[in-house]
Amino acid sequence: MSRNLIIGTALSALFVTLAAVSFLWTPHDIETLDIPNKLQTPSGTHVLGTDHFGRDILSMIMMGARTSIAVALVAVGIGMAIGIPLGLLAAARRGALLDELIMRGNDLVFAFPSLVIAILITAVFGASAVNAIIAIGIFNIPVFARLTRGAALPLWERDFILAARVCGKSAARISVEHILPNITNLMIVQGTIQFSLGILAEAALSYIGLGAQPPTASWGRMLADAQTLVSIAPHTALVPGFAILLMVLGLNLLGDGLRDWLDPRIRVARV
Amino acid sequence: MHHLKRFAASTAIVLCGTTVLAQDSITVAIQLEPPNLDPTGGAAQAIDSVLYANVFEGLTRFASDGSIIRGLAQSWDISDDGTVYTFNLAAGVTFHDGTTMNAEDVKFSLDRARAEDSTNAQKGLFAGITDVTVIEPLSVQIILDQPNGNFLFNLAWGDAVIVAPESIENIASNPVGTGPFTFTDWVQGDRIELTRNADYWGSAPALESATFRFISDPTAAFAAVMAEDVDAFIGFPAPENLPQFEADPRFQVLVGNTEGETILSTNNKMPPFDNVLVRQAVAHAIDRQAIIDGAMFGLGTPIGTHFAPHHPDYVDLLANSPHDPDRARELLAEAGFADGFTTTLKLPPPSYARRGGEIIAAQLREVGIETEITNLEWAQWIEEVFTNKDFGLSIVSHTEPMDIGIYANPDYYFQYDNPEFQTLMEKLNATTDPADRSDLLAKVQTIISEDYVNGYLFELAVATVAKADVQGLWVNQPTAAVDLTGVSWSE
Repeated sequence: MSRNLIIGTALSALFVTLAAVSFLWTPHDIETLDIPNKLQTPSGTHVLGTDHFGRDILSMIMMGARTSIAVALVAVGIGMAIGIPLGLLAAARRGALLDELIMRGNDLVFAFPSLVIAILITAVFGASAVNAIIAIGIFNIPVFARLTRGAALPLWERDFILAARVCGKSAARISVEHILPNITNLMIVQGTIQFSLGILAEAALSYIGLGAQPPTASWGRMLADAQTLVSIAPHTALVPGFAILLMVLGLNLLGDGLRDWLDPRIRVARV
Repeated sequence: MHHLKRFAASTAIVLCGTTVLAQDSITVAIQLEPPNLDPTGGAAQAIDSVLYANVFEGLTRFASDGSIIRGLAQSWDISDDGTVYTFNLAAGVTFHDGTTMNAEDVKFSLDRARAEDSTNAQKGLFAGITDVTVIEPLSVQIILDQPNGNFLFNLAWGDAVIVAPESIENIASNPVGTGPFTFTDWVQGDRIELTRNADYWGSAPALESATFRFISDPTAAFAAVMAEDVDAFIGFPAPENLPQFEADPRFQVLVGNTEGETILSTNNKMPPFDNVLVRQAVAHAIDRQAIIDGAMFGLGTPIGTHFAPHHPDYVDLLANSPHDPDRARELLAEAGFADGFTTTLKLPPPSYARRGGEIIAAQLREVGIETEITNLEWAQWIEEVFTNKDFGLSIVSHTEPMDIGIYANPDYYFQYDNPEFQTLMEKLNATTDPADRSDLLAKVQTIISEDYVNGYLFELAVATVAKADVQGLWVNQPTAAVDLTGVSWSE
């Protein structure tokens, strides 16, 4: 296992654990405000200090991790659930009208800057975590569709697929039984990268007030709230800032490490 | 090295240049840009902030302490029955386009404001006028249908300034008034420029020119003041940054009071808020000090009714709604909402609303009332909350002076309909005796406080951050205005 993979796994696992633990326990309740104790610097009671409402920042980070991970996970899920079948279909019908329609449709979605459209969607349908998920999810579809088609096309030329066709298997069965297992590694790696992009997108949407609404904790909104406090209470901005940085860094390293680890060619070369 | 030296030398020259220039010009920032420049036609406060007392003048005007002083009217006589006002106008007053200001213009302005098709945002100010007559070129008579103790006060509002028929057509983009500054330029989205009026009839202002800039983002506001891009910021949006300015010798911080009653607006027609027990429960659930400390970093005075605490007729009614979550839960149970309920909380952009909203949501949750928070831009807020009345709760500061009369209008957005209150307000409007007025004002304040019409939170404070050598700025905001007539730079 490479160093990237270890660091990436450790960072990702840290935040996933924080999010998981938050379901059972957080150091403090974040729904009750404690205004007399606002903007405290890190101490024994509040390990990462308190925010402008006197809420414990560590608890906020834990709850925020839950929001970030949930949004990104579902958004990647939407992208995979729709994008992969579309890609498989396009590859199976390569060159046909259907292939053309699917891929040009994807190009159309790709042509728009994703965050701008996400802002549009949340502005039109109202700001909420659900709309943020949908907005981010839609832009994951063409990513997975293209990647699936690109990886599936050379497979269709391979002899084992020819053998399956000779046996009389339908294109759909071949796609599911032979193509899909051979591109899983690629999907996992891309999924990790999209996951980190989803976390960034969720933070960006919350930062401008279009993501999860209060009282749901969100890293992006923590940053936005801390904006005017940077000079008097820097920890209120630094903590969520580093949380986003470390989580995204961790996921990118994880994705990178997984690719190296899962790719048989690189593995053989190393051996 | 040489380059560096030359650069330093040229910078020094440029800096000297701006310092010299800065002595008779000022750049003032306010939060919101006016949507148009007609104070007699638009409701936005920002219009008055830029133009009141600077470009436009009325018959009377507000002084910085909130008292009513002479404006274009140099003196006036009031008939014994209180229904006929005769104003003697200042002589030699011209509008910025050169036309003379006389009694005809006063008649035109007032008739236009109270006309059927008038778009004046405060038509109520002129409701009692039955006739305006020109007696002499500099003398005008106004006849009221009944005595109105507030009439001189009403005429001081920005909505009652004197305009000219010659320039009325383009007033929204090219305001022509009688004030000490003439309007020069409006670069939309950026700035409005004013220049000293050389022909001003009164004493000339110290400033040669003034630029208004519009910065609503708290972070950008902080940066603009710190970088000295603006000389003064009236209504600084981030109270948390004030201690830093106070500690910085380059700046002075002025904290004054406004006429802004910040309230938890409650839709009195929407169940369950049509039940007074529920409204009372909400009032007891609120911890005002926590909101003032958490949202405004301590700036603001708690209020128990819709009235400015610095007004001599204010009645302290905070005892009607102390913070008492247990009492709130009891009242909810009594009203049939033992398990609480869910409502909407729609918040406009200012931090008192956005932060205050989060705090209030937490306080209401404590007694079992769940709120769905929606953040709205001003235009959306005006449409959804103010016009369509599609809200349960909202937070907003009512900055008009002496605006308790809004409770007499059952169509006003919080939809309070109480005939007893309406009768008292009518009586108040017809009363001129100060002692009787005080009594009536105390009564109406008490009624809305005991009816828990809205959640009364705090009187908004206004913070002005200015360079240390700017003097003459208003500390308090008796009306929305940035009066530059007395502003100058100290030597």
